[in-house]
Amino acid sequence: MTDERNVWIFIEQEDQRIAEVSLELLAKGVEIAKQLGSEVWAVLCGDQIGDLAEQVIQHGADQVLLAIDPELDMYRTLPYCRVISNLARQWKPYIFLIGATPVGRDLAPRLASALKVGLTADCTDLQIGDYTSKKENKIYKDLLYQVRPAFGGNVIATIVNPRTRPQMATVREGVMRRGEPDLKRRGRIEKVSVVFEPGDLALQVLSREKREPTVRLKDSPVIVAAGAGVDSLEEFELVRELANVLGGEVGASRAAVDAGFISREHQIGQTGSTVRPRLYIAAGISGAIQHRAGMDQSSKIIAINTDPNAPIFKIAHYKIVGDVAEVLPLLIKSLREKAK
Amino acid sequence: MPLNQIYHSVVLIKQVPDTRNVRGEVMTAEGTMNRNALPAIFNPEDLNALEMALSIKEQNGGSVTVLTMGPMQAAEVLREALFRGADRVVLLSDRKFAGADTQATSYTLKCAIDKLGRFDMVFCGRQAIDGDTAQVGPQVAEKLGIPQITYAEAIIDLRGDEIVVRRAFDLGTELVKCQLPCLLTVVGSANQPRPASARRRIEYKMAAIPNEYPKLLNKWSEFENEQALDEYLEERKLKIDVWKAADLKVDETGLGLAGSPTQVYKVNYVVLETTNSKEIQPTLEGIQGLITELIQEYIVG
Repeated sequence: MTDERNVWIFIEQEDQRIAEVSLELLAKGVEIAKQLGSEVWAVLCGDQIGDLAEQVIQHGADQVLLAIDPELDMYRTLPYCRVISNLARQWKPYIFLIGATPVGRDLAPRLASALKVGLTADCTDLQIGDYTSKKENKIYKDLLYQVRPAFGGNVIATIVNPRTRPQMATVREGVMRRGEPDLKRRGRIEKVSVVFEPGDLALQVLSREKREPTVRLKDSPVIVAAGAGVDSLEEFELVRELANVLGGEVGASRAAVDAGFISREHQIGQTGSTVRPRLYIAAGISGAIQHRAGMDQSSKIIAINTDPNAPIFKIAHYKIVGDVAEVLPLLIKSLREKAK
Repeated sequence: MPLNQIYHSVVLIKQVPDTRNVRGEVMTAEGTMNRNALPAIFNPEDLNALEMALSIKEQNGGSVTVLTMGPMQAAEVLREALFRGADRVVLLSDRKFAGADTQATSYTLKCAIDKLGRFDMVFCGRQAIDGDTAQVGPQVAEKLGIPQITYAEAIIDLRGDEIVVRRAFDLGTELVKCQLPCLLTVVGSANQPRPASARRRIEYKMAAIPNEYPKLLNKWSEFENEQALDEYLEERKLKIDVWKAADLKVDETGLGLAGSPTQVYKVNYVVLETTNSKEIQPTLEGIQGLITELIQEYIVG
């Protein structure tokens, strides 16, 4: 069956575990395919993959294209790109979604170039809609709207790929929400043939070291995040202390990460983590779109900023106009008093 | 042992608006970009890429050629590259290149690299701070038909036609061995880019593209006219090459806006609707009241 409206999801896996972002994309894929009246297909590559294909089906795939080969055991650009680009040429997907992980950000652009199609990185929303090209005087029905902040985060751009297929996009972990697996769900598993060309194996992985994340911002109920307004180590210590008192994690805007106060793992926003905590305290964060994209669904937001017109106040539930150096100690003190 | 091998590198750089130092309103009332609010800079990770290429040349011999695609003003970052040690710089500038997405950009860069001739390695920054897509590097590699090593942090070994590279991610590292030629995208933690050398700054201060001649003539009255200046610069290898579409072997349908599969459907200036935000005074009483409220609502406790 070559229904040219299918939604494909690249399933990233390592050590027989599916990446969280791939499950999130499967859930989004189900939603999109429903609107298009088409199917969700998953592309799964590896060597020893256990029951991953079944798991992918339980999370919403109608068909799994399974590429098994020792050369596909660990992710490498060229073998993966060869296999997947061949599949895409054969089956002609309508949409192809890939997680914006280090693997996805290595694979997706190479794949898009090989297929000569457009690709939009780090989308914060995906929708289906029509597009009228005035130049061509033509209406394209049911395109993928790829939404992302642009121009330094001052606008939200909606990107479309009217003429090329598949329409490709990458999405960061946490932006979409994963669904619960349906253990009774059935789907098709199609084993595909794997053929490499000379040159595909030009790169060898000699060793790989992974460390566990030191923070799981996504799972923390309370986050105290620092921005450009936190401009000394002493002030940053106050942010840590407040997070400690609240039993939460420390987050940061890109400005604070670039300033070197904290590692990139703590970055919240379009190119960092997307979080939805019960309480988010934005300390000295002005609230550019890229940052808001990663935290605007928090249940309660407290914003502290010296600039009364900072955009962060527009989405905050509690607005404190003041210097973090003065306000943070007051928050810490009041919380400690209440705890007594 | 083979003869001591030298390596020819190409470094792809980009001039970007400094999104990290936004001052004032970036958008005008009409909804267009106020470029003055964003100073143009050398994309930070491209400096790391240049540094990596320069140190290879210092250790093994060879050459470093720097390419950028952009408006005429991008000659500025090419001069910066010369001040740091690049042997040759080329500006790709043509109206036909304008409005390119990563697909059209990587095609143009690929055609320019073809024109340069032999190379062993292509370097670029992992990503540019104006778009953060990290797409152009891998797409140039695909179009050149060579392997890519993204997130490159250190060259562990380079001998003959093989390179061993450490890749660095937020959560780990990987050691890979690859055949040359290949393309590397370099992360910011790779090295400390050298500053411009004072000697080279003097040596190359006059390096210019022809579009800059009128400005230079005002500054240096000893040149009678543009032709005299051109001859002087050419003789001293200070004339920066500008390549247009016609200078490359290209299929013009692959360039610029027309060659870009992605199109911007709409751009929304985000107008935030004010939520029912409650103003809290930055005083002890104000903050205590806030904490009490949060505890009552089970937000903290």
